[in-house]
Amino acid sequence: MTATQAPQALDFECETGNYHTFCPISCVAWLYQKIEDSFFLVIGTKTCGYFLQNAMGVMIFAEPRYAMAELEEGDISAQLNDYEELKRLCLQIKRDRNPSVIVWIGTCTTEIIKMDLEGLAPKLEAEIGIPIVTARANGLDYAFTQGEDTVLAAMVHKCPKQAPVVEEEKQERNAIQKLLHFGRKQEDVAAQESEYVDHPPLVLFGSMPDPVVTNLTLELKKQGIKVSGWLPAKRYTELPVIEEGYYVAGVNPFLSRTATTLMRRRKCKLIGAPFPIGPDGTRAWIEKICSVFSIEPKGLEEREAQIWASLEDYVKLLRGKSVFFMGDNLLEISLARFLIRCGMSCPEIGIPYMDKRYQKAELDLLAKTCQEMGVPAPKIIEKPDNYNQIQRIYELKPDLVITGMAHANPMEARGINTKWSVEFTFAQIHGFTNARDVLELATRPLRRNNNLKELGWEKLVKEEAKI
Amino acid sequence: MKLAYWMYAGPAHIGTLRIASSFKNVHAIMHAPLGDDYFNVMRSMLERERDYTPVTASVVDRNVLARGSQEKVVDNIVRKDKEEKPDLIVLTPTCTSSILQEDLHNFVERAQMDSKGDVILADVNHYRANELQAADRTLDQIVQFYLEKARKKGEIGEGKTEKPSVNIIGISTLGFHNQHDGTELKRLMNDLGIEVNEIIPEGASVHNLKNLPRAWFNLVPYREIGLITARYLEQEFDMPYIDISPMGVVETARCLRKIQQVLNAQGAEVDYEEYINNQTLYVSQAAWFSRSIDCQNLTGKKAVVFGDNTHAAAMTKILAREMGIHVVLAGTYCKYDADWFKEQVSEYCDQILISEDNGEIGDAIARIEPSAIFGTQMERHVGKRLNIPCGVIAAPIHIQDFPIGYKPFLGYEGTNQIADLVYNSFTLGMEDHLLEIFGGHDTKEVIHKGISADSDLNWNKEAKAELNKVPGFVRGKVKRNTEKFARERGISEITLEVMYAAKESVGA
Repeated sequence: MTATQAPQALDFECETGNYHTFCPISCVAWLYQKIEDSFFLVIGTKTCGYFLQNAMGVMIFAEPRYAMAELEEGDISAQLNDYEELKRLCLQIKRDRNPSVIVWIGTCTTEIIKMDLEGLAPKLEAEIGIPIVTARANGLDYAFTQGEDTVLAAMVHKCPKQAPVVEEEKQERNAIQKLLHFGRKQEDVAAQESEYVDHPPLVLFGSMPDPVVTNLTLELKKQGIKVSGWLPAKRYTELPVIEEGYYVAGVNPFLSRTATTLMRRRKCKLIGAPFPIGPDGTRAWIEKICSVFSIEPKGLEEREAQIWASLEDYVKLLRGKSVFFMGDNLLEISLARFLIRCGMSCPEIGIPYMDKRYQKAELDLLAKTCQEMGVPAPKIIEKPDNYNQIQRIYELKPDLVITGMAHANPMEARGINTKWSVEFTFAQIHGFTNARDVLELATRPLRRNNNLKELGWEKLVKEEAKI
Repeated sequence: MKLAYWMYAGPAHIGTLRIASSFKNVHAIMHAPLGDDYFNVMRSMLERERDYTPVTASVVDRNVLARGSQEKVVDNIVRKDKEEKPDLIVLTPTCTSSILQEDLHNFVERAQMDSKGDVILADVNHYRANELQAADRTLDQIVQFYLEKARKKGEIGEGKTEKPSVNIIGISTLGFHNQHDGTELKRLMNDLGIEVNEIIPEGASVHNLKNLPRAWFNLVPYREIGLITARYLEQEFDMPYIDISPMGVVETARCLRKIQQVLNAQGAEVDYEEYINNQTLYVSQAAWFSRSIDCQNLTGKKAVVFGDNTHAAAMTKILAREMGIHVVLAGTYCKYDADWFKEQVSEYCDQILISEDNGEIGDAIARIEPSAIFGTQMERHVGKRLNIPCGVIAAPIHIQDFPIGYKPFLGYEGTNQIADLVYNSFTLGMEDHLLEIFGGHDTKEVIHKGISADSDLNWNKEAKAELNKVPGFVRGKVKRNTEKFARERGISEITLEVMYAAKESVGA
């Protein structure tokens, strides 16, 4: 294959959508932890509650700042007044928890009975004095991580439109802070400002654990790029200012609605870049942001090479092996691209939903990576059919299947190595620093099974189901 | 609307799925939106199932909302019939589909025409029944369906078995220690010379349901699942049933005496008194445990019991009647069957609490301050917060409540297991208490000398803040590794960069 040859075009298909994934309301589990002064109210049925309670495991016991507004028969048949009911519950939440924002999560049921949450929210907000954000994170329209997308898209509307304080006041506030911080802050701030290149404000979007936020912010700082804000911030009251003409960049592949909302409603300019997953992705992400701001990236090549060198012991295990993504969290394209760069081949990437525009740069990088690594481009299957996929897995015999928990144990019992896909959603996988964590997850089944391989315990079911 | 943080019993469709997937070669198709197939995850994780859970969804999406399911449900049923060749497909409505009010009956009839296997619609109201009620109902529905089918074909098993025999009704997947209880009951029946005719639903084939009437009687070990079926069989086939859970020494004996009575009424002429006596006094350790000085130390200690009807009632009786423990409060979340519970436990406890609100139970525990709690996983966590030990006796449960080792709660081996559970809960509490009185382990310093976390390295403010964000259980490791990294490179101040560099370096 010559370098001049155009990358092989990716092949997209769409199946029946009979696949297993988490309900998008699961986003409350990580968002309530991220946004510390929030309260998430899921307006749904016992089914929703049961899912959250079981999927979130022990987290439920840590006095979560989320609850169900459990709909009863009277709510469904409209014998009870939605507004009055919601008011009663929200006042109770206000009294017990006093949050800075209440996020209503609409579910399948509120969709079907057409409960006008968007209409009720502003009225109730005015009446009880707490902002209410409404997100329709339901299983009729969305899969798993897309739940976060609906919440962040709704939060875009609540971001301040312009910096609330004029320069003079800011000085004054700093003076107070100066007092509070015994004078350290001022010099730090002044010193820090000079480290940045002059560029238009950049706001990043996507919920990340705080250590990852710090890490990625620091990576950009090394290039002289200042992150003016992050959606979401640690607290609702700290949502970033978003003015017309600001630049925005996504850190996760499932945030297409948020991106669209930022562009259309707040007139921001979207930097379409691959996502900072894996050292290759992180470098491409930073380079793209640099190029938009006409900054010559410094030391990125060495940095990437150094990370790869430190990953070699894990990459060794993956090289020449194949990976199959059944698809459930929309991280699949980025993860596949990284694993192909590690020397794996990938026959199929299942994905719940494929936004070819939002993910364009990532898809291009995937095609390029396949070409450079000399492996065939994967088939990308949107709305996959798990049953068909299992038949294909039996045929292809991949070395690793990345799948949901519903299929993981049955596959392991049939001698197929699996990695539970949800772990990639909850682990820290972004930036140079966390590349090792991704591979730690991806190689774990291979390392475990290497340890056990002498025992002859691969197939632990008696007869293979005839298909 | 109800503000809810937690629930004890799941939604109705979970009950239906538990029954359907307990049978062999029965497939359930849920009429549900994407993500409602969470049952498969639970079964695969909690039961560590080797096989694919025979549950799929006919996905309700935006299109279905606009135009109705039309051919979709029928196609999905027919497709599954071809792919897996199940004996039975159970179309399972969910809360979402029940408000859509589509004519699922009609779908089932149409799908039946093109399917080799049988197709039925689970007849369960989502807003009125919970998981347990739905399971009870679905089991009855399947049994009735096959008995009526057999009756039409004249295939119902003729007459009774030659030797006394029993159907054990209600052992199901994701039930608390159900697998082990099933095995223990089989052993018990074997000891008594009673043949096990059928066990349903766990591991049963729908083809065998026509043999149910051949048993001499039915045994329903759990209050929650199986009673409707047993009553149906009594009504239709004049089969007596026994609904005494053989949990605890006294109740097991009561259950066996009832079996004896039922069999003798049919001319079996059995006498189990000697067996009961022998088991109670010499084989099972529980009666001896009650008499031993270990148990003497538990006399009058306060306990709180909470769970489903079967387990909470049985535990209350065991604690009060067999161990002399003071049950201050006994409670159940089976509100729909509260009268039965009150009748069972009223003479064995001071207070009764019927509630589905975990906050209420938590508050009651905090008020009573018992020495031990016997409850669900929720009460275990309440106990953790209040520093009170808890033995888990009922669902909702976590993966650790699906032990690989043999741990029945029923029968004579069950009494041993319960004695251990009770004793371990209380002694742990006692040990804790003593430690507190004597100011903790005096060996602490010695143990920790080798891995002292003291350091000469200076963490700057940002790095320190970052370190504090690391989850507690790995923070020490991150700190040590970062310092090791810094020391090896002669770095004296630890900054954020040093932290990340340490993480990036191999082995950190």
